[in-house]
Amino acid sequence: MYAQMVKTASDGVKSREDMSPEEAAFQAKIDADIKIEPRDWMPEDYRRTLIRQIGQHAHSEVVGQLPEGNWITRAPTLERKMILLAKVQDEAGHGLYLYSAAETLGVSRDEMVEMLHAGKMKYSSIFNYPTLNWADIGAVGWLVDGAAIINQVALQRTSYGPYSRAMIRICKEESFHARQGYSAIMKMAFGTPEQKRMAQHAVNRLWFPALMMFGPSDKDSVHSEQSMAWKIKIKTNDELRQQFVDQTVPQILYLGLELPDPNIKWNEERGHYDFSDPDWSEFFNVLKGNGPCNTDRMKDRVGAWEDGEWVRDGLMAHARKKQARKDAAKIAAE
Amino acid sequence: MSNETTPSRSEWPLWEVFIRGQHGMSHRHVGSLHAPDAEMAIKNARDVYTRRNEGVSIWVVEAKHIAATAPGEKGPFFEPSESKVYRHPTFFDIPDEVGHM
Repeated sequence: MYAQMVKTASDGVKSREDMSPEEAAFQAKIDADIKIEPRDWMPEDYRRTLIRQIGQHAHSEVVGQLPEGNWITRAPTLERKMILLAKVQDEAGHGLYLYSAAETLGVSRDEMVEMLHAGKMKYSSIFNYPTLNWADIGAVGWLVDGAAIINQVALQRTSYGPYSRAMIRICKEESFHARQGYSAIMKMAFGTPEQKRMAQHAVNRLWFPALMMFGPSDKDSVHSEQSMAWKIKIKTNDELRQQFVDQTVPQILYLGLELPDPNIKWNEERGHYDFSDPDWSEFFNVLKGNGPCNTDRMKDRVGAWEDGEWVRDGLMAHARKKQARKDAAKIAAE
Repeated sequence: MSNETTPSRSEWPLWEVFIRGQHGMSHRHVGSLHAPDAEMAIKNARDVYTRRNEGVSIWVVEAKHIAATAPGEKGPFFEPSESKVYRHPTFFDIPDEVGHM
């Protein structure tokens, strides 16, 4: 998942009468659940908003490898290490699927990476929190990927074909992530008192940041209406957040852990759990770049990109040389 | 499939990946990736698109070499087949007595 506060490039939803014939035909296709494909006509604002949203989503997958990468060498068993490696490798793949989807809109992957590094694109706020102990890795898989699944399952129905197909592929792999996380945290919660304490701390620390993943409350979410009309947003932030809470609370209780928020209570009338809002000032502050790990994450990303440049250039130079040799041999043979 | 974009500096070219599964009848498009050459594209395709036994054979082709129908032609281009229902076996009523055909 991981697109929050995506600024919709639009001045609001147009009425049918104000639309050009092309726009009206485009909206009619979306209303009829016909996918928009790369070479179809689309409004410039739709294209720009999608690049922003899919790009942010892709960056989140890639930056999301960092907090988990921290624990690959520290995993408690060889099996857990292999599982974590496989999971982190999946995240790289998810980044690739999403960059590819965005590239069909006429932006290159390198351009998007450079925009991220220049601070012109964002990634999800959740990855600016540290993973302090092994239980955090379990909690990340279970809560963070769990939240991502809720968002991504909805987005499988998005109007843009390549984005929708990327979501379907990602969702298939994502449930492995959530389950391996829950399995790791079960081990801790049902282990020694110290392990259980670590599991509790992980849940306490990551609960509110996980709730923030769905973006600000609907009453403060200014970009929703047009994005929902375009079906690049399927459910509102609050709807998705409620779904996550309802799904996750019984899972916390099963572990025998305390709920991370004293206001979590089943509301018979609504048929949902009540819960406290996260501290939104913290959320906006993290987005601005002031979270616990923003600086480290960007330093690692930019470092990897710059340190890898000679490898990317070298492989390209080698490929060109090989091709030139092949072409020369062919001409000589003719 | 992806549109062509102007490669900036030394950006690796874009490849389209086709995979045939264990019991698949043909190669199917599964996605794209960037790689400096065909050999690396195949290796990367293995790492990205067959991590869970999805395939036994991989094709890669540079995206710029793919020619495709234009979305605007969809109607007129495929229209000729719409009026030829007799090409389907169910068009013909064969009496039950004849047996399976």
